[in-house]
Amino acid sequence: MAQAQASLPETFPRLLLYHAQWRDKHPALREKDLGIWQTWTWSQVADEVRKLAAGLHVQGFRRGDHVAIIGENRPRMYFAMMAAQSLGGVPVPMYQDAIAAEMVYVFHNAEIGYAIVENQEQVDKMLEVREQHPALKHIYYDDPRGLRHYTQEGLLPYEQLVKLGEGLLQVQPKFVDEEIEKGSPDDTAALFYTSGTTGKPKGVVQTHRSLIDRARACTEMEKLTVYEDVLAYLPLAWIGQNIFSYAQALVTGYTVNCPESPSTVTNDLREIGPTYYFAPPRVFEGLLTQVMIRMEDAGRLKQKMFHYFMDVAKRVGADILDGKPVPFGDRLLYRIGDLLVYGPLRNVLGMSRIKVAYTAGEAIGPDLFSFYRSIGINLKQLYGSTETAVFVCIQQNGRVKPDTVGPPIAGVELKIKDNGEILLKSPGLLKEYYKNPEATAEVLDSEGWYHTGDAGFLDADGDLKIIDRANDVGKLADGTLFAPKYIENKLKFFPFIKEAVAFGHGREQATAFINIDFEAVGNWAERRGLPYAGYIDLAGKPEVLDLIAECVEKVNADLATDDKLANSQIHRFLILHKELDPDDDELTRTRKVRRRFVQDKYSVLVDAMYTGKQEQFIETQVKFEDGRTGKISATLKIRDAKVFAPMAKAA
Amino acid sequence: MTSRDRHIGDVVLKVENISLAFGGVKALTDVTFDVREHEVRAIIGPNGAGKSSMLNVINGVYTPQVGRITFRGADGKQLSFDHMSPRRAAEMGIARTFQSLALFKGMSVLDNIMTGRNLRMKSNILLQAVRIGPALAEELEHRAFVEQIIDFLEIQAYRKTPVGRLPYGLQKRVDLGRALAMQPTLLLLDEPMAGMNVEEKEDMCRFILDVNDEFGTTIVLIEHDMGVVMDISDRVVVLDYGKKIGDGTPDEVRSNQAVIDAYLGVEH
Repeated sequence: MAQAQASLPETFPRLLLYHAQWRDKHPALREKDLGIWQTWTWSQVADEVRKLAAGLHVQGFRRGDHVAIIGENRPRMYFAMMAAQSLGGVPVPMYQDAIAAEMVYVFHNAEIGYAIVENQEQVDKMLEVREQHPALKHIYYDDPRGLRHYTQEGLLPYEQLVKLGEGLLQVQPKFVDEEIEKGSPDDTAALFYTSGTTGKPKGVVQTHRSLIDRARACTEMEKLTVYEDVLAYLPLAWIGQNIFSYAQALVTGYTVNCPESPSTVTNDLREIGPTYYFAPPRVFEGLLTQVMIRMEDAGRLKQKMFHYFMDVAKRVGADILDGKPVPFGDRLLYRIGDLLVYGPLRNVLGMSRIKVAYTAGEAIGPDLFSFYRSIGINLKQLYGSTETAVFVCIQQNGRVKPDTVGPPIAGVELKIKDNGEILLKSPGLLKEYYKNPEATAEVLDSEGWYHTGDAGFLDADGDLKIIDRANDVGKLADGTLFAPKYIENKLKFFPFIKEAVAFGHGREQATAFINIDFEAVGNWAERRGLPYAGYIDLAGKPEVLDLIAECVEKVNADLATDDKLANSQIHRFLILHKELDPDDDELTRTRKVRRRFVQDKYSVLVDAMYTGKQEQFIETQVKFEDGRTGKISATLKIRDAKVFAPMAKAA
Repeated sequence: MTSRDRHIGDVVLKVENISLAFGGVKALTDVTFDVREHEVRAIIGPNGAGKSSMLNVINGVYTPQVGRITFRGADGKQLSFDHMSPRRAAEMGIARTFQSLALFKGMSVLDNIMTGRNLRMKSNILLQAVRIGPALAEELEHRAFVEQIIDFLEIQAYRKTPVGRLPYGLQKRVDLGRALAMQPTLLLLDEPMAGMNVEEKEDMCRFILDVNDEFGTTIVLIEHDMGVVMDISDRVVVLDYGKKIGDGTPDEVRSNQAVIDAYLGVEH
């Protein structure tokens, strides 16, 4: 096996040529365009990449240069990454919904002189970036729409870049292949800027070797083949998406499908029926919310059937998936349920063909997780981050526990520091943070251990259990443990609650901010004939406060049974008047709450909750998508929630 | 940021001395203006000023008592009428959208836009009904064109959704899509942004400018949002009580005293 591995290519461009040679007719990429799925085979991709790379070379792009890649999941964005790497350059994928001001820092930090972007929206941002970062000389765009009259210097459509490349290849047909030969596995493959819940983004340097090693480890463990289909619909700038639809696709040779547009993803998911799927918990949450909303609108008989069989699934579904013994009667019931409910449901979710689905990025609520597993979808948790090229721990088939992330996979060495922080060594570790030795030194110690910043422990089976961010785990004033994330996840499992932020460190009691899910609560209000004018209005309705209070109290009841966390019950809460938004820096681009920032920004509200006020006025500045700002204000009601006497769980 | 150096061409539409009355009510009195090729021409004015009547005269829904309309069709031929008929207007390449939407609510977005291709379908109705032979080939061709419009207007996600279930802003977009399906040379938009929120308005503005840019379509639009009008139009006609009181570039109109008095109001 070691020998077979040694013969496999060790850089991404060489992997591309390898697939183009050995499975030239196999679909590499698909994109739905004008309503029809269009296919690119591996050999077509290789040809296109050669031309594009040659074009970039003509434009002065050299070994070690950085190029920004900004756009939705379009085949051309993938070609651009491959082309840059073919020349020994470094692609820097960036979040397409970030505003220009946020991007400038990255452009400066990574000294980016080239950008390959999707459309007019991104070109406009690039021109804005260029005002502060004149080194950005070359901007290439995929979709020319609306750009006909742009006369700025250095602006070139993608097609022209390819034409330039064709010209060079006519003279030197082997040019790009020779460049690919010069590449080394230890070259930087890509820079991923981590959004970071604190401070400026940091550029994580990952080499071809580290990314390929981790991708291969996962492929071998899950026995993935070239026949897998994945749907690429999350930002390429997120390493999660990048490793699944780029690194692992090139390593394994499977097919990546690009949706028609971000709004058609649910449909495209159904049409493609991916076999391998990856999404952060919020996507699974969103899908479940949609199902629940539609179920509530369904007829009585259907509702009854759904709830009956969901109870069956809850009881035995996960065990059946894990291959554990289950009584014959239940097995039979589950079979019937599969025919009537689970099968159709999987189909609606676009998950009929799933071989393995992963969730990562954040802890997933145990109930949410169990839901998917109980209807027969092999959803598993994994643990990893940008700095570790994703794969550190993966739950093993047949032994999945909802509250752990599984054992460390091949190549990973793991230990727990005294304060609970997880340290690890892995071939997938970052080389460094780009031009930031201090930050690098903070996470990589002299012995090569990477400090994750997560608190956790290994359980009796050797599975890793994550509690929270090491920095976030706190203590209530009486000294008992306070894990905000844990409480928030419990709250977020309710379809009505989109986001929650819990406070309590150093306080007598825990409290929480709640963001309602506009769609779910809106639907609920409509069915009750409750009129509302918009988000703020809906969020402030006393009926909605009652609804959320019920959810909070259920969480409290649940917490009361946990001997460690019984004191963390939420005593007071309020519903925020606006959705927490990455544009306002309240969430990261990957939609994690920036706890400290939220706490500071809304300190009036936090204080109001702890001083016993019944309501509090607040005015907030908001940023619109185009970068303009505005103000919204509201008077928020603060509610007390029922708390329960702690009771140890009956054993 | 864009240099909109489009090649505004010759006059394609000229309305001369139009007067229209319903019984004793004078909707339009002696209105004259022209529209040049590839331009965005706005008609503004207070409520009841006769803006919609003017559009209805142009595409032949109303017949003016006095006046002439000269239109240069897609074939370049100059034709003069004292009244237009809606069918002839459509055949000559004039399409329009409506202030109060006139879509088929129960039909899908796709089918609604397909109806815009109706005039261009050549095979007979029987063949179309059974979808065989030339009718099928023709339908595929039209479908491909409609798909381009769907892509252009970014409504892929709603292709199969009945129009009645879409929010208002999207319905407006479908309405525009149906008008575009006719491949018009002149597009009449009756308050394309009425009742929209800021974001929807911005989207709509972009679509209108893109239509104008990409397809070179000449656009006449009625709009109340002055910010929008001044931003996207090349020339503006101002009507008040059925009479023209101003005509020129947005800047000229903005500083025209008669217009300020009648409509824009005094700046504080």
